[in-house]
Amino acid sequence: MKFIFVLVISVLSAQVSAQKGIFLAPEKFSAQVFEEPGKVLQTLWLNRAMRDQAESILGHSFRGMRQRYWGQGAKTAWIFEEIGKELPITIGVVIENNRIVKVSILEYRESRGGEVRYPFFTRQFENIGLIKTPGKYSLDGTIDGVTGATLSVRAVKNVATLALLFHHNTPFTNFNSSASRPAP
Amino acid sequence: MFTRSCLALAISLASSSALQAAETPTLEEMWALVQKQQEEIESLKKQLGETDTLLVETKVQLAETDHKVEVAAEVIEQGGVALSLPGTAQWAEKTQLGGYGEHHFNHFTDGDDKIDAHRYVLFIGHQFSDDLRFFSEFELEHGLSGDGKPGEVELEQAYIEWDYTQNHSLLFGQFLVPVGIINETHEPDTFYGTERNQVEKNIIPATWWETGVMMRGELSPGLSYNLALHSGLAADDGGKIRGGRQKSAKATAEDLAYTARLKYTGIAGLELGATVQYQSDITQGAGVTDTDALLLEAHAAYQRGPFGVRALWADWDIEGDTFALNGRDQQSGWYVEPAYKVSEKLGLFIRYSEFNNAAGIDSADSKVWDYGLNYWLNKRVVLKADYSNNIDKDGPDNDSLNLGLGWSF
Repeated sequence: MKFIFVLVISVLSAQVSAQKGIFLAPEKFSAQVFEEPGKVLQTLWLNRAMRDQAESILGHSFRGMRQRYWGQGAKTAWIFEEIGKELPITIGVVIENNRIVKVSILEYRESRGGEVRYPFFTRQFENIGLIKTPGKYSLDGTIDGVTGATLSVRAVKNVATLALLFHHNTPFTNFNSSASRPAP
Repeated sequence: MFTRSCLALAISLASSSALQAAETPTLEEMWALVQKQQEEIESLKKQLGETDTLLVETKVQLAETDHKVEVAAEVIEQGGVALSLPGTAQWAEKTQLGGYGEHHFNHFTDGDDKIDAHRYVLFIGHQFSDDLRFFSEFELEHGLSGDGKPGEVELEQAYIEWDYTQNHSLLFGQFLVPVGIINETHEPDTFYGTERNQVEKNIIPATWWETGVMMRGELSPGLSYNLALHSGLAADDGGKIRGGRQKSAKATAEDLAYTARLKYTGIAGLELGATVQYQSDITQGAGVTDTDALLLEAHAAYQRGPFGVRALWADWDIEGDTFALNGRDQQSGWYVEPAYKVSEKLGLFIRYSEFNNAAGIDSADSKVWDYGLNYWLNKRVVLKADYSNNIDKDGPDNDSLNLGLGWSF
């Protein structure tokens, strides 16, 4: 039995991939979305109401006075860091015509719950928008979780909601009003 | 008449010529006029130059103001200029604090009702570097510990995790055994029912931790594994498996255990898991005969929209005459738990469980129906109400109405 155990460890050692790691650098993320991201870098300054809304979505304080993003036409791209259980997850969100085009996990630092970086999970966010129900903002579609990654899933959903909210506070939200579905 | 007309015409022409002669500037006047206009042009040029300079200066000032605003915003966003010592700030940034807890009320149909501060747990973690971290879980059970008191103070986890290469993680120390659904993830807001299900409690037995070394990682997207070599159980010769937990408290380590798990989470909402554990002597040398023990466990959990279901099966096969004598050589159980989330806050569940800690001779399994609801006040704070109906069980009726409050952060 001991021999088998050691053998299995040895075989697996050469093949495994850790859940932690940098999967996409921020500059590559922005370059995938915009041809010249340096020229479309924008700043969203947060007023009190926006900060309150952000904190309501995240369930904790939002430390930033402003949020950097890329914006052009009807499209914006955002990068946030949000803690899953103990360590921050770096999450990129691309929005066009007020709906999510793509969610990417740029860096995952926790030892459990890294499945959220896979397309089987992030694809669920495509074409999701924002709705406002009494007292809260939320996604207008269902996102199925990953068992054992509850907190990471929650972090990604919160960030997607926050990116949509911020997008609606930029000039790029009304670029093409006929194609947009602004939040009520 | 003609003479008067000619005279008037002559006078008129003469007057016009005189007037024109009087309005035409002289050469000197023209020169003065040009000089004046030149002065005005020079003045305007000067003003324009000053405006350009002012514009450039304004742009420079604007850039400087932008820079100052950026710097000020960054300082404010980072929490202001650190008033504490740099070392303290760095330590705080790299240290995480969390926890969970649950209060229970149990109304038994045949027994005294109980109120219990069942669990109060604190997590402390620390990131030494990008590839080295510490995690611990410290627990007070049942509110009060000490001689003759109902509770215990327990160190549930305390390990160092080391990513010794890009693709490998190793855990050293005391960790939760990778088995079942709730053994590793058991914050009260993550499962249904005030009390944890009896199959994982009595058969696996959750919550179960050991000390040793564990490797974990992923084989392919969604397919992960754990391999661990760790301290083992020390079951009484012929006792229940749950009683064998040594909790890493001066634990006898004559015989170690080997645990391997495969888990698949490659589809959103789905988890499939299977664990095998082997220990060559589950009595740690106290048994008269060989008492090697093998645990097999398999489970599935699936959440799709508002619907969810969990199912688990676990089985211990223990060698040794004394275990066989009282049926403890086979200890097994299973449960299935469908659930439905009526809203984001309200979820309903029903669970059917069967388990037997003496399945070797006793065919009468314990059978339990649990049904009730969770109401999440917040994503991390939950109220619970459920009824537990024990059937075909020997001894007193243990039916109970249970109320719970749980939280995690």
